[in-house]
Amino acid sequence: MASVTSHLRTPEYRSAYQALKITGFWVFLATDMLLFGCLFATYLVLRTHTDGGPTATQIFDVPGFTLETFFLLTSSFTGGIATWAMRSGRTKLTVSWMLVTMLFGVAFLLLEATEFAHDVMIGATIGRSAFLSAFFTLVGTHGSHVSIGLVWMFLTMLQVLKRGITPQTARKVFVVNLYWHFLDVVWVFIFTVVYLSGVVLS
Amino acid sequence: MNRMSRVEPIHQGGLAKYIIGYGLSLVFTAIAFWLALGHAMSVRPLIIVLFVLAALQIGVQLFFFMHVTEGDGPPYHAALLLLGMIFTFAVALMSMWIMAFGTNVSY
Repeated sequence: MASVTSHLRTPEYRSAYQALKITGFWVFLATDMLLFGCLFATYLVLRTHTDGGPTATQIFDVPGFTLETFFLLTSSFTGGIATWAMRSGRTKLTVSWMLVTMLFGVAFLLLEATEFAHDVMIGATIGRSAFLSAFFTLVGTHGSHVSIGLVWMFLTMLQVLKRGITPQTARKVFVVNLYWHFLDVVWVFIFTVVYLSGVVLS
Repeated sequence: MNRMSRVEPIHQGGLAKYIIGYGLSLVFTAIAFWLALGHAMSVRPLIIVLFVLAALQIGVQLFFFMHVTEGDGPPYHAALLLLGMIFTFAVALMSMWIMAFGTNVSY
C-alpha cells in the first residue's frame, strides 16, 4: 500500500491509495452516465409513441415532480455539508448531515413511489405503450440508483460512527456523496427532458 | 497505514461555497419551472433555455459540490468525465437524429 501522504490536502486525499480509489469512482460515474445516456436516447425516440394511451401531460403531476426536485436538490446540498463536516474532522456533525441527507432521499423516493402507483392506477402501466416503457425504465433506473445510494450512505454512516473520521472513512464519505451529487445531476436532466419538456411540448 | 488513525482536521472554511451553490441551484430550478409551466415563450427557444439552465445546474453540482477541480495529480478524472459526457450526449442526440428519418419521431 502506498504511503505517500500530504497533510496539506483534505482528509480523503491524504493517502495515495485512497486518492486512487476516488479517481476510480470518477471512472464509474463516467460509465454510469453512459447507461443513462442510452435510456435518455430511448425515451427521446419513443416519447411520442403513446399508442392512444395516456400522454405525458395526462400523467405528469406538476406539484409532485416540483416537490421531488426540491427534495433531491436539498439532499444534494446537505450531502455536501456532510463532506464539509468530514473535512473539518467532526464525526457527529458528519453523521447528522448524512442522516438529514437520507431523510430527504427517503422523502423523494416516497413521492416517486406515490407517483408511479397513481400512474398505474389510472392505467398508465409500463406495458401500455412505448412511451410509458421508456418513461418507467428511465425514471425507475434513477429511482433504483437513489435506493442503492440510501443503503450505501447508511452503511457508510455506521462506519463513521464506529471508527470516526479516518483516511478510509473520509474517502468513503467523499465517494458516497459524489454518487449522491451525480444522482442530482441525472435528476436535473430528467426534470428537463421528461417532465418540463413533457409539459411544454404537449 | 493504520485504519484506526484519526486524521488531523483542517478548518478551511468553505461552507459558503455550499450555501452559494444551493442558492444558485434553487434559482436555476425556479427559473426553469417558472418558464416551462407559464409557457413563457415559444417552444423552440424555451427548450433551448431549459437546456442551458440544466447545463448551469450541472456546473453548480460539479464545481460547488463535487470538487471536480480537486484531486491527486493531473485531472484524469475530469478528462474521463468530459469523455463520458460527450459519449452520453452523442448517444442521445444521434439516436434522435437517426430516428427522425422516415419515422414519426417529432420534437
